[in-house]
Amino acid sequence: MAETVAYDPLGSAGTWRRYRAKLVIYTLLGLFALYYLLPLVVVVLNSFRDLSDISRNGLINLPHSFSLDYWSLAWDKFCVGGTCAGIEPFFFNSVAMVVPATIISTAIGSINGYVLSKWRFAGSEVLFGLMTLGVFMPGQMVLLPWARVLGWLGLTNSTTGLVLIHCVQGLSFTTLFFRNYYVNIPDDLIKAARIDGAGFWRIFRKIVLPLSPPIVIVTVIWQFTNIWNEFLFAVIFSSGTHQPITAALIALSAGGTSVHQYNVESAAVLIAALPPLLVYFFGGRYFLRGLTQGAIK
Amino acid sequence: MAGESVTLTPARVTPTRSRPLRERLTGMLPQLVLAPSLLATFVYVFVFCGWTVWISLSNSTLMPDYSLSGFHHYAELWSNRRWSIAYTNLFLFSSLYVIGAMAIGLTLAILIDQRVRAEALWRTIYLYPLAVSFVVTGTVWRWLLSPSTGIESVVRQLGWASFKFDWLVQRDMAIYTVVITGIWQASGFVMALFLAGLRSVDPDLVKAAQIDGANMPRIYRRIILPAIGPIFIAVLVVLLQFAIKTFDLVIALTGGGPGIATTVPAIYVYDLMFQRGQMAQGAAAAIMIFLALSLVLVPYTIWTNWRQRREVVRG
Repeated sequence: MAETVAYDPLGSAGTWRRYRAKLVIYTLLGLFALYYLLPLVVVVLNSFRDLSDISRNGLINLPHSFSLDYWSLAWDKFCVGGTCAGIEPFFFNSVAMVVPATIISTAIGSINGYVLSKWRFAGSEVLFGLMTLGVFMPGQMVLLPWARVLGWLGLTNSTTGLVLIHCVQGLSFTTLFFRNYYVNIPDDLIKAARIDGAGFWRIFRKIVLPLSPPIVIVTVIWQFTNIWNEFLFAVIFSSGTHQPITAALIALSAGGTSVHQYNVESAAVLIAALPPLLVYFFGGRYFLRGLTQGAIK
Repeated sequence: MAGESVTLTPARVTPTRSRPLRERLTGMLPQLVLAPSLLATFVYVFVFCGWTVWISLSNSTLMPDYSLSGFHHYAELWSNRRWSIAYTNLFLFSSLYVIGAMAIGLTLAILIDQRVRAEALWRTIYLYPLAVSFVVTGTVWRWLLSPSTGIESVVRQLGWASFKFDWLVQRDMAIYTVVITGIWQASGFVMALFLAGLRSVDPDLVKAAQIDGANMPRIYRRIILPAIGPIFIAVLVVLLQFAIKTFDLVIALTGGGPGIATTVPAIYVYDLMFQRGQMAQGAAAAIMIFLALSLVLVPYTIWTNWRQRREVVRG
């Protein structure tokens, strides 16, 4: 195996120097790992500690107490903005927003990408360029118009309104993802199918869709994490019991003068962070691919 | 073109009166399928933007009022003290954030590139912050940086009683806590981008340099890093974009405070539009954010297109 590796960056050094270099490398990696893991470890530990333990020994400390109660308190009993039903209703608001928005925007993006890569027509490249403009649009530019449009449609302060916003906003991303992926499907494959008499939808179903799972996963992960974590639209276009979890979390942890219940708040924070984290741990490869495409293109 | 006529064969066999229309519709199917999305994007990109521009030029305050009032909201915006704090913060934050995230990201990428063990584990650790929302990140870091609960109190408990780390509540230091948190969130991503770049450098070039007797730092400086120059630009653009749009992180971390010390343009826009009923000035500020983004993205797009075309020409 060693021979097939292109080069050994430390190969030119002597044994002692190589050993010392390794030590430096792993120490640095470890220190950085500490910086990245500290917040996570602190919240996880604090979600199990009782308040007197936290106030006596500080937030950043090993637990001297252990209880699972704070998770259940955070889930359906803790008071957020006047209602005492925990984070659960907001969690499900987010689910009710993210699931349809992800499915719809991914499905439409896939068909758009198919048209823009395999059924090009005069001007379709220009239209594609136009659609990608949506990727760069800062949220602030569309806040007032959205407020108006949601009002006209009777969708103010509703999950449906947020689904609509995320579908329209996500369309540019999903179309871009699918189009750039489908461009690599050989045109001959499509041509052959057309000669065999297959039409627009048949080719899509029989040829393009079966080749799509990787890009579908990338797109779904991208849309899911973005919409779940989104805050600006969430806080502006929803209030009270209709808020998604990100907006509710701010209301919960920034709430007024009351003494902070760090254990319950930690559990709530973790519940809010869990869905995208799970997606990340199980779909890491696809997560990163979406990120690089979404961020750079 | 040839394909289309083949597709249409079945329609020709059925002798119905509406045939030409159906035929035409079938031929137009791709355009028809695309039309709703195009319309939505068109409205979103052009109509909504135009709308916001109009509002910025109008007399709107609490409610929209579409009578034009000219550019005086822009003038007001630029003479506003909060706005000057907001954009000063943005300049300070984005320069430190970009430099910090790039430095840490590049360091991590180079370290991982030394054929370390358990590479996947290190990468997973460095990259997970990106899966976590700014709201969660900001909330947790607020606890860690708050002098009464976080790092300061821990160090004091360890015995260093006069230790001070209270940037979060200091007017002139609070913006640096936003920098620390922002870097925590983004540097893993920068690492991933740089690592992909480092891996794409032709290993023969490096080998040749090693045979010539160059040491590793020199090889990195002279060969590897110049080879991934375009990635530096891409990372810079991505980070600047993040920085300009920064909103939730600051809300969750400092709430824009203490006082208004960590206000950034995105927060200012939100405040004017939805808290203070100064719609027109808020719209003007939103357009400034849009212009700042364009200032970053338009040259970048032109540059990438130019490079692509050059590559095509060179073959």
